[in-house]
Amino acid sequence: MSTFLERQKYLIDYTLSALRRRKARNLGLLLVYTLLVFLFSSVLLLSQGLRREAAALLQDAPDVIVQRLIAGRHDLLPAAWLEPLRRIRGVGAVHGRLWGYYYDPVVKANYTVMVAPERGLATHDILIGATLARIRQLGIGDYFSLPAATGQALPLKVVGILDSASELLSADLLLLSEAGYRSLFNPPPNTFTDAVLTVRNPREARTVAEKIALALPGSRPILRAEMLRTYDAVFNWREGMVFVTLSAVLLAFVILAWDQAAGLSAEEQREIGILKAIGWETGDILRMKLWEGALLSLTAFLTGYVLAYWQVFYGGARLFAPVLKGWAVLYPDFRLTPAVDVQQVLALLAVTVLPYIVATLIPIWRAATTDPDAVMRG
Amino acid sequence: MLITPAIVALHGIALSVAGTVLLASGFAGRILRRWDINSGSELQLRLERRTYLISTLLGFSLGAELLSLLLFVQTAESLSSQFIGAMCATGVLNINHFGFPTLLLKIAVFFLAAVWLLLNWVDNQGRDYPLVRLKYGLLLLIAPLTVMELAMQTAYFLGLTPEVITSCCGSLFSAENQSVAAELAGLPPKPAMLGFYIMAGLIIAVGLAFLRRLWWGPLFAIGCLLGFGVAIVAIIGFLSLYVYENPHHHCPFCLLKAGYDSVGYALYLPLFAATAFGLSAGIIAPFHRIASLHKVVPGAVRRLSWLALLGFGWFYALSTWLILRSHLVLLG
Repeated sequence: MSTFLERQKYLIDYTLSALRRRKARNLGLLLVYTLLVFLFSSVLLLSQGLRREAAALLQDAPDVIVQRLIAGRHDLLPAAWLEPLRRIRGVGAVHGRLWGYYYDPVVKANYTVMVAPERGLATHDILIGATLARIRQLGIGDYFSLPAATGQALPLKVVGILDSASELLSADLLLLSEAGYRSLFNPPPNTFTDAVLTVRNPREARTVAEKIALALPGSRPILRAEMLRTYDAVFNWREGMVFVTLSAVLLAFVILAWDQAAGLSAEEQREIGILKAIGWETGDILRMKLWEGALLSLTAFLTGYVLAYWQVFYGGARLFAPVLKGWAVLYPDFRLTPAVDVQQVLALLAVTVLPYIVATLIPIWRAATTDPDAVMRG
Repeated sequence: MLITPAIVALHGIALSVAGTVLLASGFAGRILRRWDINSGSELQLRLERRTYLISTLLGFSLGAELLSLLLFVQTAESLSSQFIGAMCATGVLNINHFGFPTLLLKIAVFFLAAVWLLLNWVDNQGRDYPLVRLKYGLLLLIAPLTVMELAMQTAYFLGLTPEVITSCCGSLFSAENQSVAAELAGLPPKPAMLGFYIMAGLIIAVGLAFLRRLWWGPLFAIGCLLGFGVAIVAIIGFLSLYVYENPHHHCPFCLLKAGYDSVGYALYLPLFAATAFGLSAGIIAPFHRIASLHKVVPGAVRRLSWLALLGFGWFYALSTWLILRSHLVLLG
């Protein structure tokens, strides 16, 4: 075993000095290789981070949301529906929610308007999200008026700004009282936007949802698990699409790697010839060349991955954010929690290092089986 | 079909493995027909050079197959949130008929490639390459398996249709007919545990006997394969219960999760390596009768058997420690 290790050590030693001798050529390849790993890992790290963030947020979402559908479209839910929902066995608390979107032509963006009964707000009091406050340049105590559905302006007083820690949820949020909401949108009385319920045993959520669908045929129950699944699917798909797009880059890289490995310079050929003449076997040359690939791959992989990690978690993830995050005028400003995932690293190895190895296998073999006399004579 | 980076990567791996093995077996066919070690012709020289290429290609395939095995299980695990009723990789692999066969094919290709490379290693030390026909015959067996793996895997991923909230019609409860993760049935723990430790004793006894006399080889190879099977059954039957400290959780894949200290890697990697080494040692042993391998085989076999015994030893020791450490009382 120790002779085996010694042998590999000497081979690595030789390979490193050989790589150093052809600095410019190898650095060029290394640069492209690192860039490739960087691109792929940026996509993976960013979408993984976003997915984790979404899952963490949805942990606090209600167990079941019930909407009313009319002709397949979402409609207001009558208050009379709350009682039958409460009577379903297994259901804990039930309450109707009032929320909606408000298009503000001043900033050309949609606000999410929501009634927050637990905040005890007066009719004209509102709480607003940090991004919204920044864009409209509002502070606590400022007045803010929005044209109501009746056409008249509704004055609203900012009594607080929502914590920036929850910015992902509250960027465009505007919280107000029920009376305020009703005067802003003027919805029919005794209606809610939807209803949320807690289920005592979360594993029964699916059964409860079935009972709801049966008891209230016009309803559409949505489970938290389904929301999580949808987010996952959306991010998986976006990520997959970016990967497929990047495969063109990968193909170009494979061609470059093949070309580099196949196009041995006269000097390299002479070197292999001399090595063989002084007693190296074909297997040794093959191993030396494989070490060369392994060292290059390792360096490129580590550098690319670390750079991508830095870019995504500390550099604001500028690169792929518009594709993966989605886009909005009032987009929350948030930082992702850094994390490394085994599956991600395995997938990255498979899409970056593996193609490089495939591309270089045959050229390496060709180089290793060259006849010493043919090279020296040529 | 789902498109996730891991699935794209798995397709890439399967394609490149099938491609390289097919390429290698193309050369192998020529070698089988034209090989003549006594000839000094240019063709023979070319064929001898080709053998280097084939072993490099197979070495690559082995590494890629290991990567793909790990990635496949991890991907199934991570997709479990997409399917109603799937709690972990078991459920996702059960979604259609191709999940588990793909996994089994991956394992089979991994073992065959490992045996091939070790046969090749021994053969290269004999001056007249005595195992050339056997090796390339085996290669012709591996090639269709890799193609089958590619086809199965593609069919598996094409058959995955996740249940998501659709924006308008909201067909929510279409999932009732979804095949729910059928957790593999647990065996009664006492006989299973007994069988597990009897198998451990047998492998170690046969292994030690094999170190002295080479004719135990085939028995050791069979023992290692059986030991592998019993180990997997034991993991599903009772070992996983001890790790999760839950009498109903039988999943062999959740062991790989960080929540259980990724203890699965420490169990599976030595187990796979030990089986590959033991299997190869047992297969190689009978070739000590060949004159040119007479000196090479005993040393090689001894080395491989030690590695196999060490791997199995580690696996059994770790399993026992996991059982002792657990707070679960299964045998009351």
